Amino acid sequence: MAKVNAEFIEEVRAGEFNAGDCMNCGVCTAVCPVGLELLPRTVFRYVVVGLESKVIQNAETIFSCLLCRMCEVNCPAEVHITENVKFLRAYINRKVFKLMRN
Amino acid sequence: MALPTGPIIGIMVDNLRLRKSVIPLSKGKMTGWADGLNLPRGGDTVLYTGLMYQLMPSIVAMADRMGRFENSPIRHLMGLGRLANKVVNLSFFMARSRPEIRGAYNDRLRTIAELLLDADVEFGYLYDEELYSGALVYDNGVMDVFARHARRVHDVLRRRGVRRVITVDPHTLNMFRDVYPKFVEGFDVKAESYLEVLARSGFKTDVDTGGKVVIHDSCVYARYENVLEQPRALLCGTGAQVCEPDYARELTLCCGGPIESLFPSRSKEVARERIGQLAEWGRDVAVMCPICLFNLTEAAEASGADVRVRDICEYLAEARPS
Repeated sequence: MAKVNAEFIEEVRAGEFNAGDCMNCGVCTAVCPVGLELLPRTVFRYVVVGLESKVIQNAETIFSCLLCRMCEVNCPAEVHITENVKFLRAYINRKVFKLMRN
Repeated sequence: MALPTGPIIGIMVDNLRLRKSVIPLSKGKMTGWADGLNLPRGGDTVLYTGLMYQLMPSIVAMADRMGRFENSPIRHLMGLGRLANKVVNLSFFMARSRPEIRGAYNDRLRTIAELLLDADVEFGYLYDEELYSGALVYDNGVMDVFARHARRVHDVLRRRGVRRVITVDPHTLNMFRDVYPKFVEGFDVKAESYLEVLARSGFKTDVDTGGKVVIHDSCVYARYENVLEQPRALLCGTGAQVCEPDYARELTLCCGGPIESLFPSRSKEVARERIGQLAEWGRDVAVMCPICLFNLTEAAEASGADVRVRDICEYLAEARPS
């Protein structure tokens, strides 16, 4: 079970995360050299709808990304995928790993 | 089983905050490559290594040991390890490198410096004042610690009057060109890769090597920094036939880095796939990033592929005037 967290949506909107243009076409998943199935589009969908617990559950996947930008150069919607991944890492570092103060 | 992400990133972050590098290095390991070159200290333009080549032997050793922990109960003790590391520098034990590997990485840095000197490029070096770029901490999203470190790098450059840096690896170039300006107010240090500098200098060679070289583009050079034509022009200048493999230029396939320490097995799988692709096109492979060099060399050895992976600077040095 997962519950939509309105505060999480607010925090994401206030930050630099932007996946509003994602059409969920799946190109990113198809070209990923690590073969990540959830990242980026499924995880981004969790973020956009405010499923914070699902995002945190998938921390390992979020940190597996190579930031190689293969997905980004192929994305037809020109979503800044690697910046979004770094945003999520920063969020997890702050909320879960307690590695950041602000 | 995957290694615990939080404590491992925590160790890197603590090291950067307390010891100014993700894996602290002695002065000798940082600057030994420049012994005898008599490079001036500081100056308007410096060769900024960002410690990537010097760190690779330690990262090799660390990744090897981490790989053994992946399926071991010891991985559950990483949190305790992080606490201990705040007092005792654990990488002294965990990242102890083999001298021959360190020597080989130092030789490459020395070769890069000699190529620039041969091309009449004037530059200094910051020796033990030079700091790691912080790239790994930035990539892992620990932005407050990274921002503080970026300001530290800028302070050193300002104190030494540096206005331009020549970098030797793609990750450090990306930090200087695209990332520091976002984190450090008034950051105005210009950055170029040594490949860009050499290509512009009209680098010429005497020896026509005439060999076939398969080029492996770095993700960061190709998709972040648009350093694509310069390495090709330089290799062509040696008389080499540059061979473009499947997935080249903007569509280059990653070498598996930089997740060697967090997810060693996954990193190796990506590298194995890439070396397989490259091997189909020829025996001699040129890379332009120390992380690619490590991952693809290891993958070639593990797979038994008949491939020789070398840094692009080694191909250039072979053909330079004696």
